[in-house]
Amino acid sequence: MAEQAIDLSKMTISDEVAVQISNMNKWYGQFHVLRDVNMTVHKGERIVICGPSGSGKSTLIRCINRLEEHQSGQIVVDGTELTNDLKNIDKVRSEVGMVFQHFNLFPHLTILENCTLAPIWVRKIPKREAEETAMHFLSKVKIPDQAHKYPGQLSGGQQQRVAIARSLCMRPRIMLFDEPTSALDPEMIKEVLDTMISLAEEGMTMLCVTHEMGFAQAVANRVIFMDKGQIVEQNSPREFFNNPQSERTKLFLSQILGH
Amino acid sequence: MAFVQDAPKDSFRLGMLIYDTRYRSITIQVVVLILFLLFLSWLVNNTAQNLAAKGRTFDFGFLWMRAGYDINQRLVDYTNDSTHMRAAFIGLLNTLLAAFVGCIIATILGVVIGVLRLSKNWIVSRLMTVYVEIFRNVPVLLWILLAATILSETTPQPRDFRQTPEMEQAGEEPKASMLFGIIAVTNRGTVIPEPKFCIGKPQAECDADPNEGGLGVIDLGIFKVSLNLLALLVVFGGSIFVNSRITKQANATQEATGIRPVTWWKSLAVLIIPSAILLWALGLHFVVPELKGFNFVGGISVLHSFTALTLALALYTAAFIAEIVRAGIMAISRGQSEAAAALGLRPGRTMSLVILPQALRVIIPPLISQYLNLTKNTSLAIAVSYMDLRGTLGGITLNQTGKELECMLLMMGIYLTISLIISALMNLFNRAVKLKER
Repeated sequence: MAEQAIDLSKMTISDEVAVQISNMNKWYGQFHVLRDVNMTVHKGERIVICGPSGSGKSTLIRCINRLEEHQSGQIVVDGTELTNDLKNIDKVRSEVGMVFQHFNLFPHLTILENCTLAPIWVRKIPKREAEETAMHFLSKVKIPDQAHKYPGQLSGGQQQRVAIARSLCMRPRIMLFDEPTSALDPEMIKEVLDTMISLAEEGMTMLCVTHEMGFAQAVANRVIFMDKGQIVEQNSPREFFNNPQSERTKLFLSQILGH
Repeated sequence: MAFVQDAPKDSFRLGMLIYDTRYRSITIQVVVLILFLLFLSWLVNNTAQNLAAKGRTFDFGFLWMRAGYDINQRLVDYTNDSTHMRAAFIGLLNTLLAAFVGCIIATILGVVIGVLRLSKNWIVSRLMTVYVEIFRNVPVLLWILLAATILSETTPQPRDFRQTPEMEQAGEEPKASMLFGIIAVTNRGTVIPEPKFCIGKPQAECDADPNEGGLGVIDLGIFKVSLNLLALLVVFGGSIFVNSRITKQANATQEATGIRPVTWWKSLAVLIIPSAILLWALGLHFVVPELKGFNFVGGISVLHSFTALTLALALYTAAFIAEIVRAGIMAISRGQSEAAAALGLRPGRTMSLVILPQALRVIIPPLISQYLNLTKNTSLAIAVSYMDLRGTLGGITLNQTGKELECMLLMMGIYLTISLIISALMNLFNRAVKLKER
């Protein structure tokens, strides 16, 4: 990334708390998915969550916008606690954007309509204004010329960038990424990661579940390693990759970086 | 400069007709076509010879002859002096009525049951499963017979509604009473109130007149059209047009300001008030059936054969439609509703903006075949002696005239035409909701 002008490691992170998770537990029936998770995310932080499959990392970030319900403990997002109160859930969801592994674009709507649907129906923004915002973010992810096509006509990488733009149109303060590059061909991964990096450079608070260790090293200011529903280790990327503390982390890193 | 050269041509040999892929399929098609034409000509020739041997002709002249039999449900004028063609037309209308009412009930029930079967409420979803499994796994003929039996065996006789002076003295109630005081369900049929119109005359005078009253009717030769109904349709159509303008305006306001104006009360007023005023001006009132002598007088009598047939077909088909609706909704991946939820859309909006538009394209093609099934199944009317097309043209007319071949061909042609029309209409609708992906 030669043109990268901003040094991400020198970006300031505010003291304000964006997400506060304390003593959170979650079960799927008998299966204890998340055990006593404690985590604080400050505004502007870029966190990468990694771990073996089934470790609960996706479930963790899906709890943050209540796509999954937690059974005990507390999750506070931007000052709003997630409870069964629908109003709180609506408030959190309108401030938290999410990008999925399988894009989940709406196939019956054009790219532009995908991006304006929620702003029009949730934010109640005039259509023209919503379209202008959508075009702004579509140019930012570098696909303004595809605006009137349908998702099925785009490549995987383009679809994922549309999904990012769709989330940004709601002007979220926090972005969640659930393995955004796992369903992509290798040559398309870079275009999506580049989009995410430029987002990081603007100071967006990001939580990202990913196996892209290069991305973690370049962008994250903290890496969280999870195993069996617990946070095993968290550290700055440099410490995390060069000086892992627990045996489990060492094993994971040797497997993932071994070849 | 390059030369464009033709590919080298093999000289044609007769064997290539079978072994060369270029000619093979054409050869097969030609052979099949010839065989088919031979079979067809044999069929026609054979029929003609047999007809000639029996001294019978093939002609449709009988359609213009006097039918000579009565039909118990007539949507338009018919007496036993009418022609066989007229009788067939009455039968066709009865078929269409049963099919139309059946399709509407089946769709409403099917959609509700299909959605409820996906409900998180354990009892509700299980009940719906039981409904679907029971109704679709028993032959529809049995349902029709069961419905007819229940209606005729368990309902009271008209005289059970009577309250004699002795009973009154003893303080006894009659054995049966009317539903809501206006509908009488008897073993001879269900009698419902009849709408009548009346302008500038005392109501009793209008009621004595067997005609509809109000604006009267216009005779088109084949059937009469009620001018009252026509006026109502025109006014209501106008209301719908105005309502669509209101919706358009609301859309425009939403596009301009982002806030959708509340229009439901405007729509309600526009849809109801003009029609209500018209009906009042035409003097609409309902003649409630009354027990006189041994039967009910006034009101419209709905035959049990019609009710049984329509209800059984609707309940049976609803089970299939429910499964189609459920499958359609389930075919949309969870990711779609998750993405909508993550964007902050509420479940109701997610359903109407994201799930249903996608589910419809999965639902409609199999829905068409369910409508066609229901329509064709109305020919089971014979089981409860409902006089549909099969009962008139394919029943009494066929038996009286002995024109089996003509009657059967006509019936097949008519059923085929109805089915093709339904399918064409539904395909038009399907094209409108189809996913435009490429």
